Amino acid sequence: MVLTVMLQMVEESPTLLCRMEICVAESEKRSGKNAVNMQETFTVYLIETRPMDALAEGRNPAPDSLWRRYSEFELLRNYLLVTFPYIVVPPLPEKRAEFVWHKLSADNMDPDFVERRRVGLENFLLRVASHPVLSNDKILHHFLTEEHGWKEVVYETGFQAKADSRLKALSATFRVRNPDKRFMDMKHYSDDLQSHTSQLLRARARVADRLYGVYKVHGNYGRVFSEWSAIEREMGDGLQSAGHHMDAYAASIDDILEEEEHYADQLKEYLFYAEALRAVCRKHELTQFELEMATQDLISKKQQHEELSTGIVRTFSFKGMTNKLFGQEAPEQREARLKLLEELIEEGEEAVKDKTVECE
Amino acid sequence: MSVGAPRALASSGQKPITEILHPLSAAEEPLSVPVGVDKQEVGLTNGTPVETSSPASTSSLFNRLQLDDDLEADVRDPYADSTEMRDLFVTVDDPKKHVSTMETYITYRVSTKTSRVEFDLPEYCVRRRYQDFDWLRIKLEDSQPTHLIPPLPEKFVMKGVVDRFSEEFVETRMKALDKFLKRVADHPVLSFNPHLNAFLTVKDLNKRQGLALLSKVGESVKHVAGGYKLRARPAEFCAMGEYLDTFNQKLGTIDRIAQRILKEQSEYLTELREYGGVYSSWVGSEEELRRPLEGVAGCVTTSCGALEDLGDNMSLDFLPVLREYVLYLESIKNVLRKRDQSQAEYEGRLEAAILRKQEDRTPMPLEVEKCQDKVECFNADLKADWERWQSNKRHDFKQLLTGMADRNINSYEKSQAAWESLITLLQDKQTEDKTSETS
Repeated sequence: MVLTVMLQMVEESPTLLCRMEICVAESEKRSGKNAVNMQETFTVYLIETRPMDALAEGRNPAPDSLWRRYSEFELLRNYLLVTFPYIVVPPLPEKRAEFVWHKLSADNMDPDFVERRRVGLENFLLRVASHPVLSNDKILHHFLTEEHGWKEVVYETGFQAKADSRLKALSATFRVRNPDKRFMDMKHYSDDLQSHTSQLLRARARVADRLYGVYKVHGNYGRVFSEWSAIEREMGDGLQSAGHHMDAYAASIDDILEEEEHYADQLKEYLFYAEALRAVCRKHELTQFELEMATQDLISKKQQHEELSTGIVRTFSFKGMTNKLFGQEAPEQREARLKLLEELIEEGEEAVKDKTVECE
Repeated sequence: MSVGAPRALASSGQKPITEILHPLSAAEEPLSVPVGVDKQEVGLTNGTPVETSSPASTSSLFNRLQLDDDLEADVRDPYADSTEMRDLFVTVDDPKKHVSTMETYITYRVSTKTSRVEFDLPEYCVRRRYQDFDWLRIKLEDSQPTHLIPPLPEKFVMKGVVDRFSEEFVETRMKALDKFLKRVADHPVLSFNPHLNAFLTVKDLNKRQGLALLSKVGESVKHVAGGYKLRARPAEFCAMGEYLDTFNQKLGTIDRIAQRILKEQSEYLTELREYGGVYSSWVGSEEELRRPLEGVAGCVTTSCGALEDLGDNMSLDFLPVLREYVLYLESIKNVLRKRDQSQAEYEGRLEAAILRKQEDRTPMPLEVEKCQDKVECFNADLKADWERWQSNKRHDFKQLLTGMADRNINSYEKSQAAWESLITLLQDKQTEDKTSETS
């Protein structure tokens, strides 16, 4: 309750991030029973939040903190996707390591992977919290501030049913008659972005593989030099130290590539962004399709209306035939129906407008 | 790395080497100090430059006989080889292709500058082909069997595998020939060999003509019946043999590693080029990010260039040196074998003589004494050459490895500079964006 009050109070404030400091501070490995009562190991991430106004007042309160799993982040994002279909929802870090060069561990429990995911999750939260619409969502607040009962609240919103129906609609094939140029461009752009980032990531993984090879082969020098130094008198020390340097050189590549992984993560974020953008475009297309269908319907309805009121049948239609055969509908009934349609159409147009605005 | 690497290092003078540059100077001191202290004394033992330890050995006598008229020129410590003291300079360069109906071959210009009295003129310039170098080496080996003759680059080249007339091949071979000739010319004994003189000066080398000046001493080492076991091979030569085996093995490994690195590097280069290409093609869809993306692509290209140079340097400079030393090891092993044979011959004769002596009490035949002289001469020469070789090797490898490190640093610096310039570009972009936002 306090939360909602607070929310209402700060409704004017542009984004959540202006009011709250958010970070994903650390991660922890845990194990427990899953849904089918199987033992599983998972990682939880500590989310810390702190109200900004307290900081501004000079107080330095201990942050509120709670633990969330990756799957809960996923749930949050799915909820946001369904609730705000016209918004490009920031992507989550990858579920499993993709575009890896072969020496890198693909294990989800790998500490480096977990650490990179922690950074990615924090980025996600910050991006969501800095979005003017998303950041004011109550479910998001709940996610950030109350550890328990969140999942239940999310499921209560019934977003899943909506998600399922939308998924069905999206997977059906449809063709928009008058594609919107802006959205077409956006779609092309996101395709381009996606193909470039994925190419880049693939190329990078291969480059990393090779570079790793080059460095590690140098490591062999280390061994040979130190063996060789054993049979030399004057050169012994020099060779020995050359060998050590070679070892150090070979070992340095691990850190270099580990660091480069962060760069790859940023590329990946945009790769997923491209995907999110495409999804929105697709949803827009769907809405536009629905809009077009509705408009068409409206036109035919208007035509019928005219025909009925004037008694002239301009074109042969099934509806006209039935009307002639079974007598006319009550005009009130018809009017009401038309009105309803118009309302629907308006709604559709409104939605499209909304989406256009949000996407831009 | 320059071809005259060891020379360049040596010519920086003994002082900086012992005092500053050379980390191993301490080990050299005992050898160089006597020279500084009393040049006269060393001058007497001049023929064996390294062997201050056995000045009375027959070899030094023998060498002195050979080199008598050039005492002054050789008063020097071979390690402190400085330019002022050297009096024979040779260079191999300017390869030319000759095409005749019979064969196609390459000749190289061999230029000589000298102040030695054995030479009529101070300067010579002749053209020689690989065969001629080969002839010289065989002659040197025949006339100076007790000495370590530097190796020539491999004679046999698989047809089809390597193009014998390709620029790279000729260049590499020329460098190796230059190295060979310089090593011979720097050698205190070999450089006075009349065959070398002929090789450097005569316009048309008549390879069949035997040279009258040819020294017969120590020439024939007869093969001893196989299976003869040396009674006591001096420990130092045993150690030499062992050293050679291990060193050979290590060189082989290093060579393999270097080859592998080259291979990995070229594969890396291919991938890196592709990677840079992706950035360039990305520019097409990101008008606003054109400059940064092009910048990144440019950086990758620069890095590729630096890396390519590094690889070229490696295959042009690093690998040939390894190669030369592998061949050198063969030469040393040969000399060691000949030494063993000579010792075996001596021991065989000695044994026979002792037997005879017991029977008829004749004095030790002259023959045996000669043999003994020969062995000692062999030992001394070999030891001297060994020390000389060791010192050269030290210089060469120091040079080689420092060179490699330098080139690596150089290459990395180039890439680093490129990336650093990109940082400023990106920062410019950021401030640009900010100003455009505020305005």
